[in-house]
Amino acid sequence: MTRFFSLLRRELLLAVRHGSDTLAAILFFVLTASLFPLAIGPAPETLGRLAPGIVYVCALLAAVLPLDRLFGADLDDGSLDQLLLFGLPAPALALAKATSHWLVTGLPLLLTAGPIAVMLRIGPTALPILLLGLLPATLLLSLLGTVGAAVVLGARRGGVLLPLLVLPLATPVLIFGVAGVDAAAFGQSPRPHLLFLAAMLAAALPLCPLAAGAALRGAAE
Amino acid sequence: MSVLQAEDLASIRGERLVFRDLSFRVTDGGALLLVGPNGAGKSTLLRILAGLGRIEAGRLLWRGEDALDDLPAHAARVAYLGHLDAVKLGLSVRENLRTWAGPAAVAEALAAVGLTPLGDLPARLLSAGQRRRLALARLMLRAAPLWLLDEPTLGLDAASVARFGAMLADHRARGGIVVAATHLPLPLPGAEELRLGGA
Repeated sequence: MTRFFSLLRRELLLAVRHGSDTLAAILFFVLTASLFPLAIGPAPETLGRLAPGIVYVCALLAAVLPLDRLFGADLDDGSLDQLLLFGLPAPALALAKATSHWLVTGLPLLLTAGPIAVMLRIGPTALPILLLGLLPATLLLSLLGTVGAAVVLGARRGGVLLPLLVLPLATPVLIFGVAGVDAAAFGQSPRPHLLFLAAMLAAALPLCPLAAGAALRGAAE
Repeated sequence: MSVLQAEDLASIRGERLVFRDLSFRVTDGGALLLVGPNGAGKSTLLRILAGLGRIEAGRLLWRGEDALDDLPAHAARVAYLGHLDAVKLGLSVRENLRTWAGPAAVAEALAAVGLTPLGDLPARLLSAGQRRRLALARLMLRAAPLWLLDEPTLGLDAASVARFGAMLADHRARGGIVVAATHLPLPLPGAEELRLGGA
């Protein structure tokens, strides 16, 4: 457990030192979301109707951006071997990486999503559901993204392959997340959609680190 | 008593048989030098001993038990120095080591490789030889009994090689094992040689 946290501390310290890389994903999210009012016009009813989808799609794309370097940087400078010899099982190593990805990318996305959604004229009943749904959604994106990042490790053009692998896996997150917000906006209960997101998170929490750990072992060979 | 023992190891990398029927044993305080031409499988063998590579056949024993059964337990026994330095350029010299051990062990390791005055410097300002010394310092952090070294003295000056020799002697005096692949003369008195075949 101490090792897990010292590993996490290292990842966060590296994220602070490479601050521009860290901020890039958040700025990408803010910028792409800001383009929509310019493209589809500022009419509140159109924009408010589309806001949940815009926030989700932009957050999804922004979360994929830093995945390329999640293990790639460690593979390039030989640190991955040292991490695998750290004394942690490979799935625990993957879980630490997923946690760091969420703290560095997922959590800031969640925090910026509120102001962005208000800017896009989202309704007052839909906003809390959007943020509530984004909590499991960003966690899921970090877990699925870690698997993708570990699987493409060592492949040529892995950076191109990565979104092709992760984005299809993330479609259920998108569907249930946006459906929940829409249900709330039309006066129905968002509960089943949110529960479905939570169920996916419960399944991904043990399975994704196991898969990513196996992929890391494979990449080291 | 034999501590590290390999029995009939074989390795295949990308359809090519790198080596087969490789057997050796190293005892407490012993050293094994892997020699052979480029591509003979020295690095491959070191990665296998570290539990990073895959063996196609044979067994690897640690104190009579299968070493690779429990990989995290084996990892705790191993200090591996690859041909890459695994130095994070964004962190300071001291921070690079702090992930692996507490402040006391880090200070001792930095002193052993002569990097104490540079402790707070960002690692990106280090020269290639100094980065190698930082990688060597990591070996000392966890008191692992098995040191696996891939070209450890590459880029080191004479004074650093002498300091590294003292580190190796100290490690072996405490009963540690060294397995090293190298083309350069290493300060390892009484080391056995294992010659790996050509490509």
